[in-house]
Amino acid sequence: MEVGLTHILFLSTALFFIGVYGFLTRRNTITMLMAIELLLNSVNINFIAFNKYLYGGKLEGVFFTLFLIAIAAAEAAVAIAIIINFYRNYKSIDVEDADSLKW
Amino acid sequence: MSINSIIFYLIAAFIIGSALLAVTARKIFRAAIYLLFSMIGVAALYFWMSYEFIAAVQIIVYVGGIVVLIIFSIFLTHHVGSEMEKPNRLRMVFSGLAALCAFAFSFMVIAKNEFVPSGGAPLPLTVERIGMQMLSTTEHGYILPFEVVSMLLLAAMVGCIVIALKQPEGQIQR
Repeated sequence: MEVGLTHILFLSTALFFIGVYGFLTRRNTITMLMAIELLLNSVNINFIAFNKYLYGGKLEGVFFTLFLIAIAAAEAAVAIAIIINFYRNYKSIDVEDADSLKW
Repeated sequence: MSINSIIFYLIAAFIIGSALLAVTARKIFRAAIYLLFSMIGVAALYFWMSYEFIAAVQIIVYVGGIVVLIIFSIFLTHHVGSEMEKPNRLRMVFSGLAALCAFAFSFMVIAKNEFVPSGGAPLPLTVERIGMQMLSTTEHGYILPFEVVSMLLLAAMVGCIVIALKQPEGQIQR
């Protein structure tokens, strides 16, 4: 059977829900950030696959992927700055310890 | 089965396997390395789809940037080699079930849907085309998002410096 769009969509769906599983089970902020990176990657795969198989003459999917990669980089940098600040104040990066905004 | 599909299945198995290990590994440093392999697998998938420029960007930004940043933050916040505590068994079971059910649902939707190509003849993806369209100010040009992303990156950079700046003693409010 020849590999087509559906196969790639199955792959990206599997990657997305692996990321969701990791996000739900992990309680460590850095590993949760890693799960979010997996989610963003699966979305990028979707954009590229749709662009290649459905809109071969256009570039829209490529642009969305490029902008998503830039936004993911900014997001990771800000998240890590927050994590390091949190660690400095609480000596822990467990999400259960981040409760000072709780009423 | 042609060699093309065999390569695709190899890449897919590599991506899925290392992603699974990345979300289940007990040692955080190993999880970061598995994430690195998963990103390399995604770049290989882009190469397989002959989108070389995107694959190069993926390797530069994700493998060379984000994963290295994550590894540095692990070094700053962890004793390397120590194991994380095991997640709650109940939470593991329910998260796995939720992810599995959602996956099955999406699987069915994708398998049923028929995708109709509608973009004309496929053109090769050259860097020249990307650059011309990204910086064009006419219709279908992407100059505005390009500038907005540059502002976003500047704001993120300044924000990171401000957040991670060491506060003087006595200013930390608990």
